[in-house]
Amino acid sequence: MSFINYSSREINCKIVYYGPGLCGKTTNLQYIYANTNQQAKGKMISLATETERTLFFDFLPLSLGEIRGFKTRFHLYTVPGQVFYDASRKLILKGVDGVVFVADSQMERMEANDESMMNLRSNLQEQGYDLDKIPFVIQYNKRDLPNAAPMEELQAMLNPRNIPYFEAVAPKGEGVYETLKAIARLILTELRKGT
Amino acid sequence: MQPQMVMYDEEFQQISLVCERLAKEANAKVVFLVDKNGQLIASIGATENIDTTSLASLTAGNIAATGGLAKLIGEKEFSILFHEGERDNLHISIVGGRVILVVIFDTRSSLGLVRLRVKKASDELNKIFDGLMKKVQVPGAGSPFAEITDDDIDNLFSE
Ligand SMILES: Nc1nc2c(ncn2[C@@H]2O[C@H](COP(=O)(O)OP(=O)(O)OP(=O)(O)O)[C@@H](O)[C@H]2O)c(=O)[nH]1
Ligand SMILES: [Mg+2]
Repeated sequence: MSFINYSSREINCKIVYYGPGLCGKTTNLQYIYANTNQQAKGKMISLATETERTLFFDFLPLSLGEIRGFKTRFHLYTVPGQVFYDASRKLILKGVDGVVFVADSQMERMEANDESMMNLRSNLQEQGYDLDKIPFVIQYNKRDLPNAAPMEELQAMLNPRNIPYFEAVAPKGEGVYETLKAIARLILTELRKGT
Repeated sequence: MQPQMVMYDEEFQQISLVCERLAKEANAKVVFLVDKNGQLIASIGATENIDTTSLASLTAGNIAATGGLAKLIGEKEFSILFHEGERDNLHISIVGGRVILVVIFDTRSSLGLVRLRVKKASDELNKIFDGLMKKVQVPGAGSPFAEITDDDIDNLFSE
């Protein structure tokens, strides 16, 4: 839930990157961190295992500039994608303003994508959110790999409502900022409704 | 779903006063107030060498994780966490079920003293937040963003 601070004239919003294990959530944040100028970013925190799998979350604070005299700050989080970390995923979804679902385009990850999407929906539901009503975009990552499934197939499986989606190669930054801008825009548009 | 979190100047001043007094009376080095989603509300004391944004996010993560643990063993939540360091200690407590109060202190203070003062400050903070919540629920306390245009949003990304 966004935090409007009239005292410091700031608005804080929380974006969560969700998706199956190894789909590239952490890589998205790492790319953003490496390519955002110093004044606009804070420290990136990664609570990870020794093999660099996300254990609890990654966190990256960004400030995007001002709207109507209010500084806009976005707190980016990733969840741990591995199936057995479900308890942690639920915690990180608390207070979310917008979700980016990062799908792994590889053919053999189709089922993992589908499971993760269903897991996202039910974890949100538990907290009273409806995935169809909150700011939400999809990123199809790993488009560079030869075993990437055709876009039509991924779309048919993961995006029946045809919400905004982006093709990406996260380590190279392709699609990374496009995805971030899209979700930030949806969140700000939602704020306008004053909900 | 959680209610919209809002902070106004008036309440911010009151909160800062309570935190300042707590820091003084508890002989603490630093006092932080963080919301449960990891956003910093106020910070008092020697904060120059502390990354306050990171601290806020990790504190909230810590509280969320221990809250999850509490539920697993049938507790509602653990309302106080204490971490003892070689030099500095961390006292973390939940105020009114909604915000997190963090006190950093060293040997110039003691756990007993911090506990006592935190209790008093929590009651005061609770009252302030109660008032704040009522204010937010008043219709017409609408978002300052109700008037933003597509251009405003576009401008944000053009820089
Ligand atoms: N070829 C290719 N590799 C990628 C791409 N995106 C990420 N990777 C690699 O995939 C691996 C896993 O990426 P992470 O970002 O750690 O995955 P994650 O989604 O954070 O995984 P968990 O933390 O376990 O949930 C890393 O070795 C990345 O370099 C991509 O677009 N193309
Ligand atoms: Mg990760």
